[in-house]
Amino acid sequence: MNKVAVIDYGMGNLHSVAKALEHVGKNTKVIVTSDAKTILSADRVIFPGVGAIRDCMAEIRRLGVDEIVQEAMQNKPLLAICVGMQALMERSEENNGVDCLGLAKGQVKLFANEFSGAKPLLRELDGELLKVPHMGWNIVEQCDQHPLWAGIENNTRFYFVHSYYITLGAEEKASGVSHYGVDFTAAFSKGNVFAVQFHPEKSQHGGLQLLSNFLSWDGAN
Amino acid sequence: MALAKRIIPCLDCDKGRVVKGVKFLDIRDAGDPVEIAKRYSDAGADEITFLDITASHEGRETTVHTVESIAGQVFIPLTVGGGIRTLEDIRTMLNAGADKVAINTAAVFNPELVREASARFGSQCIVVAMDAKKVSAEGEENRWEIFTHGGRKPTGIDAIEWAQRMVEYGAGEILLTSMDKDGTKSGFDLALNRAISNAVSVPIIASGGVGNLQDLVDGVLEGHADAVLAASIFHFGEYTIEEAKQYMAEKGVTMRL
Repeated sequence: MNKVAVIDYGMGNLHSVAKALEHVGKNTKVIVTSDAKTILSADRVIFPGVGAIRDCMAEIRRLGVDEIVQEAMQNKPLLAICVGMQALMERSEENNGVDCLGLAKGQVKLFANEFSGAKPLLRELDGELLKVPHMGWNIVEQCDQHPLWAGIENNTRFYFVHSYYITLGAEEKASGVSHYGVDFTAAFSKGNVFAVQFHPEKSQHGGLQLLSNFLSWDGAN
Repeated sequence: MALAKRIIPCLDCDKGRVVKGVKFLDIRDAGDPVEIAKRYSDAGADEITFLDITASHEGRETTVHTVESIAGQVFIPLTVGGGIRTLEDIRTMLNAGADKVAINTAAVFNPELVREASARFGSQCIVVAMDAKKVSAEGEENRWEIFTHGGRKPTGIDAIEWAQRMVEYGAGEILLTSMDKDGTKSGFDLALNRAISNAVSVPIIASGGVGNLQDLVDGVLEGHADAVLAASIFHFGEYTIEEAKQYMAEKGVTMRL
């Protein structure tokens, strides 16, 4: 039995990811929980997240999820999704600046468009002004041969919904990049961690394949 | 190399059954929203919108089960709208597996709901649905107002100002239906779409009036819509999702093919 813990810290909808895992997983038990013992005894861990980073970080710290994630990523495969990925970084500029877990080097930045008053304006190469949040299906260019990309064609579209994106420090390495006005990191890996900005549980075939790959990944690169 | 525009088929459901009829040649149960949602997803729909028009309380429990079933089998984003009035309604739908909820009338009567909901659940799952109708006379500058009750009751609220206010309150997306065009099959109200889309930072889903595939293209290229929603042209088998996406791509719209 493959035990997968989806970390529940009260932020948003975890049913989608649990249902998608159950759909692709043979002989897999998916547990949605915030209990440290359960998470640390699972074979694999999903670190999801939606909503505002300040609220997410507050709940992560209050429930001790910070320590759980740090310990889990030492010895078992961990997949961080969306705000879960952002929470691994050092700091986010959302909510006037929020310190994150600092488990990977990098920052979280806003897609600035004309409405945010920031310069330069977020424009596509053809001059089109871009909406924020970045919502919908965008191309992910794979930068490596990571096991989680197995069976997924390069430049497959995945479903994104986010207003902030990560910029990795020089020590880290992107596994996938996308473009929305700027090039940004859509996926990165670090030891036992694979992190994605998009939602594999909502990305149909490509996303389900990635989740299926995660269920058989042993954590090595 | 860009974000794709989205095609969103819309299922209108009453007590767990799709109404307004769906005519697929080979479908087992034309009223089963789960089977239809799955069919659309397999055909390449980018999202599904499920609009609950059930009036009764018992019926709404059926809706929750339907949303659960769809979410367990369809792995693309699912928006649920219709009768969403409270934070509890939103939580129920998100827990059932909806990725976003669409708030319509309740936002007009209680705009704070949008602010509270986006703060609680995140802007990414709060869609504000607005029904707009042109109120300017011929020759005047275009002006649209928000209507409720299926386009029967005027609210006196300017559509552009309303859209901006809802975004300020935390709406992550706007589902914009033209009550002048809805059901006419004569195309989207492109001027309305453009006016709203250019006035706010968030994505706009154009709705109301699709009669053919060129209407979808016009909605994006001329109406500046980020996504297009249609019901009858797909339900009645006039066009498949594949044909629509292919056609839009040929006309220069970035699509997920």
